[in-house]
Amino acid sequence: MPVTSAVFVLLSRFSLFHPIQWISGEETSTIVLITGLFNLEFYTLVPSIPCSRMALLGTVLHPRQCVHSLVYCTMGMLVMWCASVTIGGRYSTLGIPCRQSESGEVVTCLNEYHLFLLLAGAFMGYSHSFLGVVQNMYYVSFQPIQQYKYPRFKGCLPMVLKCSVIQSLYSARNFAALYFFFGYVPKTWISSTLHLQIDSSLQPLDSLTGLLDFSLLYHLSISGTFLYFTWYLTVLLFRIYVTEAYSFPVQSTFTEDAEQCLPKVLAETNTLVMKFLALQDLALLSQHSLSRRLEVFSLSQPGGHPHNWNAISRECMSLLSELTQRLLAHQDAVASNGRVKSQSASIDTRSASSSSSEDVAETPRLSVPLRTPGSVFTSSVGGVHSEPRSPWFGTVQSPHIMRRGPKLWMSSSVAGEKGSSRFSVIPLHGLETPVNSCSCHTLNCSAQVKSFLAKRVLIVYLFNKLPEASSQALFADSQAHIWALQGLSHLVAASFSEDQFGVVQTTLPSILSCLVVLLEAVDRHFKLPHASSKPVRTVCSMVPSLLAQFLEFKE
Amino acid sequence: MCSLGVFPAPVTAAQTLFERNNELLSALHPGEHSQACDLPSPQFTRDTLKGHSRPESSSRSVFLDQRDTLWMRSAGAWRDAGLYGLLDEITNSAEEVPRFLAVGSACVLALLRWASSFHGSLFPHLTLSSDEMVAEFSQMLDWSDSALRSFAWHPHTDKFAVALLDDSIKIYKSNSSPTPTLKHRCQRSVCALQWKPLCGSALAVACQSCLLIWHVDPASLSTRPSSGCAQVLSHPGHSPITSIAWSPTGSLLVSASPVDTSMMVWDVAAESAVPLQRVGGGGVTYLSWSPDGSRLLAATPSALFRVWETRMWTCERWPCLKGSCQSACWSPDGGCLLLSMQGERVIYALTFSDLTGINNTYSSPVTACQLLLILKGFSSLSALLNISVGGEVCSLSWDPRGERLAVLLKGRADNHPSVIAVFKTRSSPVFELLPCGFVMGEAGAEPRFMQFHPHFQHGALLTVCWSDGRISHVPFYFSSAGLLGGDSPQQALASNTTNPSSNKLYTEQIS
Repeated sequence: MPVTSAVFVLLSRFSLFHPIQWISGEETSTIVLITGLFNLEFYTLVPSIPCSRMALLGTVLHPRQCVHSLVYCTMGMLVMWCASVTIGGRYSTLGIPCRQSESGEVVTCLNEYHLFLLLAGAFMGYSHSFLGVVQNMYYVSFQPIQQYKYPRFKGCLPMVLKCSVIQSLYSARNFAALYFFFGYVPKTWISSTLHLQIDSSLQPLDSLTGLLDFSLLYHLSISGTFLYFTWYLTVLLFRIYVTEAYSFPVQSTFTEDAEQCLPKVLAETNTLVMKFLALQDLALLSQHSLSRRLEVFSLSQPGGHPHNWNAISRECMSLLSELTQRLLAHQDAVASNGRVKSQSASIDTRSASSSSSEDVAETPRLSVPLRTPGSVFTSSVGGVHSEPRSPWFGTVQSPHIMRRGPKLWMSSSVAGEKGSSRFSVIPLHGLETPVNSCSCHTLNCSAQVKSFLAKRVLIVYLFNKLPEASSQALFADSQAHIWALQGLSHLVAASFSEDQFGVVQTTLPSILSCLVVLLEAVDRHFKLPHASSKPVRTVCSMVPSLLAQFLEFKE
Repeated sequence: MCSLGVFPAPVTAAQTLFERNNELLSALHPGEHSQACDLPSPQFTRDTLKGHSRPESSSRSVFLDQRDTLWMRSAGAWRDAGLYGLLDEITNSAEEVPRFLAVGSACVLALLRWASSFHGSLFPHLTLSSDEMVAEFSQMLDWSDSALRSFAWHPHTDKFAVALLDDSIKIYKSNSSPTPTLKHRCQRSVCALQWKPLCGSALAVACQSCLLIWHVDPASLSTRPSSGCAQVLSHPGHSPITSIAWSPTGSLLVSASPVDTSMMVWDVAAESAVPLQRVGGGGVTYLSWSPDGSRLLAATPSALFRVWETRMWTCERWPCLKGSCQSACWSPDGGCLLLSMQGERVIYALTFSDLTGINNTYSSPVTACQLLLILKGFSSLSALLNISVGGEVCSLSWDPRGERLAVLLKGRADNHPSVIAVFKTRSSPVFELLPCGFVMGEAGAEPRFMQFHPHFQHGALLTVCWSDGRISHVPFYFSSAGLLGGDSPQQALASNTTNPSSNKLYTEQIS
């Protein structure tokens, strides 16, 4: 990484082999490296989808995000300082000697060009950090196909270059406009604190003629391109590095390696990226590798238990049934439409009213439901949705779910009396939350609060739910489920010819019922009003399940 | 080397009905009944279909010329034809603009034209217009003139989709249920159709500007599914799309455009694409996925084609001998690829060494590219009609059991029509091609497109689109190789049930 950017600096500047260039080049590369390390915490495998504009605002104003923006501003300024030093000429230093017009003596004046570039760096840093949150730039998505690292990097490079050029032109335009209107503020502040004179003989930059300086704009966009390019390059390299397929051993003969085996890693919950990689590896091995599939179907040597298959199938099925339950909870929330609407609205209004309705910005407690849902290295899949931040939270406690449970799980409710049911009646995470007790209170006072707040256009605008957002949030981490489904169904399909000991046979009924129930839930989800317009990723989850069923029927 | 004279010439010039007892029987053959299968064979005439006459930009000529201000005209030119139009407009109205502007734009225009002509001389297909390009690279012969634009069998059920001249798509099923008609605003100049494998309803359509995925519920009775049933996939710079290919498991869709040097690998459900770029060749015209899903052929407009390996997506370059790759087909086991080149009467075979997933080495999978067959000479079909056939190979199709190979030979002017020659093929112990006969249409009709039915019970079923807008089905009744003597369809059926491997699912072949 330092090498790349150092090379880039040397090539992009006018290839003067000047010592100062080396220094600044090295400095830039270290900055980029620091950026990469700093960002590590912000990368996420699950895109954050804010459910209302308020939530988005809350995310942007979150302290963590503020620190991030601040660091980016500083780094942008540093890189721009390096760039201005490298360009040299009239940009090199903040103070330049100039001649006072009346007295004729030489004093140090403020170099507005230098200041302009520094401020542009800060602005670009902030806008990069801001757009990164709004456009989910730190979401690391896995590709549908496998490629080697180098061809993938080569293929992405032109796109990164194009993106950084366009982004730099946009922010150069925005910054020029901003500087035109507010440029005098930092200028006077800097000149008063550092006791620099303002050279009156030069054209001030916050005027129309000053800004229409072609060479200034050119240098601004060139260095902006460089700045964005290094940042995007970090993101790109990190993505490629993280999403590279890793092949876990299915079983190992030594006990010290047992922690790195596929069944163990699948069950891991505290490192999300490991779980994702393991699931990806499972999906790949189930399709492509005969020898590793045989290992999955094999029996343990003393005892003859199918530990590998049991662990893998249990993990996949728990993932899938978790998705099913999530979908059912969401459907119940939407199905009982009128009632839920008043309730969720009342919760929103309550949070607004509790913090003195004027101050919109200070209500992030409930409506910052989605700060970045968890960094790659720290959080878990289940954790995202089991906390009371999910969009359907607050509606789950409605009695509909209690009625619905036995209705949908007919078989289990019949069997449940004997206590031998395979499916426990849906343990929903919302049930134990304390909101239940508050809800009656809020229902009482909600009417007048609502009528009061409904008149404020701004609040209605901010708290209105974005369409489809809740549906998208529901499927935010669906990549894991897709892999689990693919791996499971391909393994079952392969077991027809490859499973010598019949280990799959014992779990086949539960796998099939799990898939069918999930299919039913997904079908029902797409019939909901707000869910149908964009077929979210799970459509492709139906295919392998169909495939498995199809193969079953042939038997 | 094979001379077309070896082929058994049909006795009469009437329509070929089916093959039985190793003979192709025609309609006028004594003692034979008409059509033996109950598949729909619709006919579409050009008169009943009204295509959209001309692109929108040229509708201006209908209206009276009206003088706008320079600004209005420049804005209009920018909107219609981009930078070229703007520069052209400025240059043309030299008396209204300052002199330096007119001269400057004329210079820039000349420079641009020179650059694009240089680019076009490297890749001649880039000079074609979008419609011409689709017509050039479509698998349908005479695409622009034909009432039928494209055709596709469903891989698992008895239904097929037909794209017509008026940019609509009709879906026919074997029983006489309603035939849905698909229309969409973006569905222009349909060049290719393909059903998604292992799925009952999804149909991918390659259009001029985008890729459409229709989800047609087979149980629904509606004859006009709304355009909400279609997913629109598009990528800037990736149009017109001339070829699409689903992976045999239906998980990925690959699309290609002759203008774009990268082909797109789509994850359809997520609507995301991964471009796979290789600059050489100047575009991708034809894609074909091997039945076992491990390889993908990508032909370019230049004398070059590539075979991609679909595990890690690396490719092998095959600079062809002469001309671009026109058409190709895979053997059912994916081990052999037959290719035909533009302007040549030759079929090449590419044999891949058999590899399973055990060692995962893809170092040198291809063992040989050999000249398989040279179709020399002309065969005079009938002494009475004085017709002779023979010409460049423009389409290939292999039946799913690997026993019949249909070759569409392009014709020339009068008394020299296009014709389909059918070979019997056998892959073990050695690869063999035996001439079987010519498939004839009704008088005056030439074949435009052909495709084998993916799972015909009693042998093979070739579906042919004719130049008069008719779609007909030609069954070949035979028993699988090794079980000789099955003469009647009943016996063939009996021998088929004892041999269940004949219509395998793709996934079984993978595993």
